[in-house]
Amino acid sequence: MEEILRVEHLVKTFGTNEVLKDIDFSVNAGDVISIIGSSGSGKSTLLRCINMLEEATGGRILYHGKDILAGEVGEDQYRTKVGMVFQSFNLFNNLNVLDNCTVGQVHVLKRKKDEARAKAMEYLEKVGMEQYITAKPRQLSGGQKQRVAIARALAMDPEVLLFDEPTSALDPEMVGEVLDVMKDLASSGMTMLVVTHEMAFARDVSTRVVFMSDGRIEEEGSPADIFLNPQKERTKEFLSRFTAGSPALN
Amino acid sequence: MTISEMNFFQRMLYIVQRYGSSLLEGAATTMAIAIICTALGCVIGFAVGLVQTTEPKKNSNLFMRGLLKTVKVILTAYVEVFRGTPMMLQAAFIYYGAAQVFGVNLGMWSAAIIIVSVNTGAYMAETVRGGILSVDQGQKEGARAIGMSHVQTMLLVVLPQALRNIMPQIGNNLIINIKDTCVLSIIGTVELFFTFRSISGALYTYFEAATVVMIIYFVLTFTCSRILRWIETKMDGPADFDLATADTLAFTSGMTRYNAKTGGTY
Repeated sequence: MEEILRVEHLVKTFGTNEVLKDIDFSVNAGDVISIIGSSGSGKSTLLRCINMLEEATGGRILYHGKDILAGEVGEDQYRTKVGMVFQSFNLFNNLNVLDNCTVGQVHVLKRKKDEARAKAMEYLEKVGMEQYITAKPRQLSGGQKQRVAIARALAMDPEVLLFDEPTSALDPEMVGEVLDVMKDLASSGMTMLVVTHEMAFARDVSTRVVFMSDGRIEEEGSPADIFLNPQKERTKEFLSRFTAGSPALN
Repeated sequence: MTISEMNFFQRMLYIVQRYGSSLLEGAATTMAIAIICTALGCVIGFAVGLVQTTEPKKNSNLFMRGLLKTVKVILTAYVEVFRGTPMMLQAAFIYYGAAQVFGVNLGMWSAAIIIVSVNTGAYMAETVRGGILSVDQGQKEGARAIGMSHVQTMLLVVLPQALRNIMPQIGNNLIINIKDTCVLSIIGTVELFFTFRSISGALYTYFEAATVVMIIYFVLTFTCSRILRWIETKMDGPADFDLATADTLAFTSGMTRYNAKTGGTY
């Protein structure tokens, strides 16, 4: 498998607070990696460092072997290849659904308007939002916004999509519609890196699960390894809280 | 009938009949200066506000950082000085200063426009800065995450939203400018207030002239505030949206789609 991203000895501190401590891992083409762990364990910060929304304090992030922290790839160009879906959607409030999905294509990728529109429509259909192209974000529900946000990210033709707790801001009824879209994406071969609290998604959809605790990767492996046969105490403790609450996971 | 024999209303009527064209001319001058200067002030304000909210890039060198810092200090000084001194004195300072120190005769119009727009710009700079800061940080992150540069992020995402947020304040500035152009009478600009002084000076009818001119000012400001409110609603766009679908049944049956294969809905 072709390696897309490699994170080496990544460290991130906020003041004296060390949020990420020596993180090492890699993302290969076709991987669907779920990052799980309790709040404050550094999952989101890791994702934000990978997208350079946070500046890593130390270590290297290699994109196809090129160090992005050293500026070997242009920041903006790199970001078009590594898309991001946020917990709070972050759709552009001044633009309607269609323009949200075309503005980046036209202004960043310099695509023609028609081409951008066709591409946007293709992905909006994929997430089931093609009827809402004239709606503004404030007129949509949370689940609808998140589906548009996924279409917006996909329209840039990224190599990897980062999901930062994409369903955490949604009520339970809407979680399903977003997860369904993500499952479709995963089965279509999209490379994904998902920070999530949806254990069923992590177990059933991902190819690899990363458990983070206190700024470190505590354990990493296939969903079966992590969920059925966790090695570390910390992992068992964390998972027991979820399995106890939801019989479906037993 | 002489002026002294007239009652209040007759005097007002007399002023309107005799000085109507001067009053109109004064009002036109006032409006022209207010509108031009609010627009120019917005341009200045956006430019200054943009620079003030720019953070140096992580990898930019010492020279660029120093340059940005210097420009910011100069702009802050500009904002503080022009907000912190009366516009009437600024008018005298610039108009007479230009003539005395540089030997430049600015002329009534250019002097008036420079003074009011530079003054408005100082206020707008702070307003724009606030408008930019009021836009949710997530909007910027969303834009950066799809590869937009800082300039693209600002132009395409942040500024349009900041502009909408500060529209009430822009309206405020226009209205303030309509009224505050009266201080330009100190440099001899023949606007509405100057006309008032001419009329009251000639007829000694201060009360009546003031009433007439106040009414004119109020009509101007009230009309402007209504127009601006209308523009704001236009900017918000319609409250509803149409579902984009070729399926006409969708409109009558809400969200239920018609399934052509089975002939039913699903």
